Amino acid sequence: METTSTSAQAPPPADPADGRSATATAPVKGKAVRPGDKVFRGLSRGSGITLLVIMAAIAAFLAYRASIAVSKNSVNFLTAFEWNPQGDPPAFGIGVLAFGTVVSSLIAMVIAVPVAVGIALFVSHYAPRRLAAPLAYVIDLLAAVPSIIYGLWGALFLVPYLDGLTRWLDQFLGWTTVFEMSNPGSPARSIFTVGILLAIMVLPIITNVSREVFLQAPKMYEEAALALGATRWETIRTSVLPFGRSGIISASMLGLGRALGETMAVATVLSPGFLFSWHILDPGSGTFAQNIAAKFNEADDFGRDALIASGLVLFVITLLVNGAARWIIARRKEYSGANA
Amino acid sequence: MSDHGNALLDKPQVSGPLPSAPALTRRRLPRWTPLAVALVSIGLGVGAGSLAGWESRTQWGLIAALLFVVITYAVTSLVEDRRQARDRVATSVIWVCFVLAVVPLVSLAWTTVSRGAKLLDGYFLSHSMGGMTNLEEGGGVYHALLGTLEQVGLATLIAAPVGLLTAVYLVEYGRGRLARAVTFFVDVMTGIPSIVAGLFVLAFWNLGLGFGPSGFAGSMALAILMMPVVVRSTEEMLKLVPNELREASLALGVPKWRTILKVVIPTSIGGIATGVMLAVARITGETAPVMLLVFGNTLINPNPFSGAQESLPLYVWNQYKLGNAASIDRAWAGALTLIAFVMLLNLVARGIARWKAPKAGGR
Repeated sequence: METTSTSAQAPPPADPADGRSATATAPVKGKAVRPGDKVFRGLSRGSGITLLVIMAAIAAFLAYRASIAVSKNSVNFLTAFEWNPQGDPPAFGIGVLAFGTVVSSLIAMVIAVPVAVGIALFVSHYAPRRLAAPLAYVIDLLAAVPSIIYGLWGALFLVPYLDGLTRWLDQFLGWTTVFEMSNPGSPARSIFTVGILLAIMVLPIITNVSREVFLQAPKMYEEAALALGATRWETIRTSVLPFGRSGIISASMLGLGRALGETMAVATVLSPGFLFSWHILDPGSGTFAQNIAAKFNEADDFGRDALIASGLVLFVITLLVNGAARWIIARRKEYSGANA
Repeated sequence: MSDHGNALLDKPQVSGPLPSAPALTRRRLPRWTPLAVALVSIGLGVGAGSLAGWESRTQWGLIAALLFVVITYAVTSLVEDRRQARDRVATSVIWVCFVLAVVPLVSLAWTTVSRGAKLLDGYFLSHSMGGMTNLEEGGGVYHALLGTLEQVGLATLIAAPVGLLTAVYLVEYGRGRLARAVTFFVDVMTGIPSIVAGLFVLAFWNLGLGFGPSGFAGSMALAILMMPVVVRSTEEMLKLVPNELREASLALGVPKWRTILKVVIPTSIGGIATGVMLAVARITGETAPVMLLVFGNTLINPNPFSGAQESLPLYVWNQYKLGNAASIDRAWAGALTLIAFVMLLNLVARGIARWKAPKAGGR
């Protein structure tokens, strides 16, 4: 495209006697048809198409294997509370998994979003200048810590540490049912602990994206607010936060996407079970990804198909969440969320 | 809006000269107030905690933090006014957020380093787990390190060219519906959970084509996770290349593909390298797809195309699952090796970015 436009607008070579311009003048008529261009264009286009094919293949293969499993299922796949694909007839459903995934991610979001916004504001508006840049750098690095390490730390350090907190919650908030422990004193390998660990994991991601948005808030608004005598908090509330709202939302959705699909951190911390219960402090629940990791080794081929079926549900959920995040970002063209 | 402004302007005229000149400064708290309030509330928190006999230091901290906020609000609204009080509370809440986040992250780093350093030495890095019983001490991570390097290397070989060319397509050629579709699906692909990528390769390669577990199967899943990251970062870098450079090259009669290869890519090569290395760092720590596809092995298997291999994150997971003291120590040491490797990649990548940064770069 650029080739054609440049050659069309370029003034005709003033001096044809210049030997070099002879080659340049030749292809002016139509589009460039150099073989090198054709090959290179084809290659790069092909790579783009490869990506599309991979995405389509993911959806197709998962759906195909899932359909094999679900067609032989004897209970409702979406609502059943058991996982027994080896049984005769096989019976498996994602009820508990969907519940555990949603609840743990919700807990993570409730904890992580306000704290992340706080840290982002801290880095962008409160921290001393000299501290802010290294801080942003460290947060960037933390986003790269592998999830298995969060999992190891969560299982061996966070779980015993949270025993006190869960017992306290049970003692004083047990009447709410949600915080009731059926068996006080059992280790805190519950969906609640998973939520806290996921919150710690997604914190750097949400912080990074929100910080970028806050830094892009128009300086003039802030200066105007300050000039009118607003305090620092009023400035942030009236000029930074409204500007960054959609950024915060999309950052949270990206974090949510990661929390939903997290495998290892959940698999190390949670003690799995297939009982449905509202008691989030009790051990024994599951998430999609954790269930796949835990059941994979003992599963035969049909069991693997069943796990693939649950993976397909996870795939669709994360697609929806991420799609929504991207849509919110796209609505605001000023903010490029591409680095997210 | 304008009515409001006029009302403000009109006010002095209507009310006439003010009875007494307002003070230009208000009563303010001295600068050391936050420190004093912090000390008082920490003292009260510790006092209350130890009196009530609570063991959890976290609880003491929470009480102190709560007291700090309440006292600050009360003192400020007494001496200054409500707005200032709210401002101070917001400031302290934001500081608390920061501390809240730093505590677990520092603890994570500290635990990994202190517990991992116990076992991490030359012996650990140069030996495998071959011929070891689970409870035995010793053993090492060599087979896992080798596996990780091979799998990640293969994944990079697949993903980096595809990702790079796709980015070139999007920036240099892409117009119309195909480009929009690619952009959208690259975004979507970024969010694929790693275990889903693993399940896809499992369904396609192992269940569909009947291959057994191997390092290469893991590489394919890792490549799927890596591609969108490479596309995104490369795209951003290519967009930073000034259009004048392209136009100058094209005006000299250089074919477009040579312009891209000789002008556009060399200009942004630093950023592209950074992006690729960050993507490598990201997939190095992926456990879930490796667990499904590479399967794990206690022996050294140098061939990524046949037979089960080990990888660093998988090693950590397997040792953790064994659950005895010796294996937990090995898990921590493996975790430290992994984190050191990832951080090294990150630091080098960011170093390249800073060293080769285009003038327009940097936030």
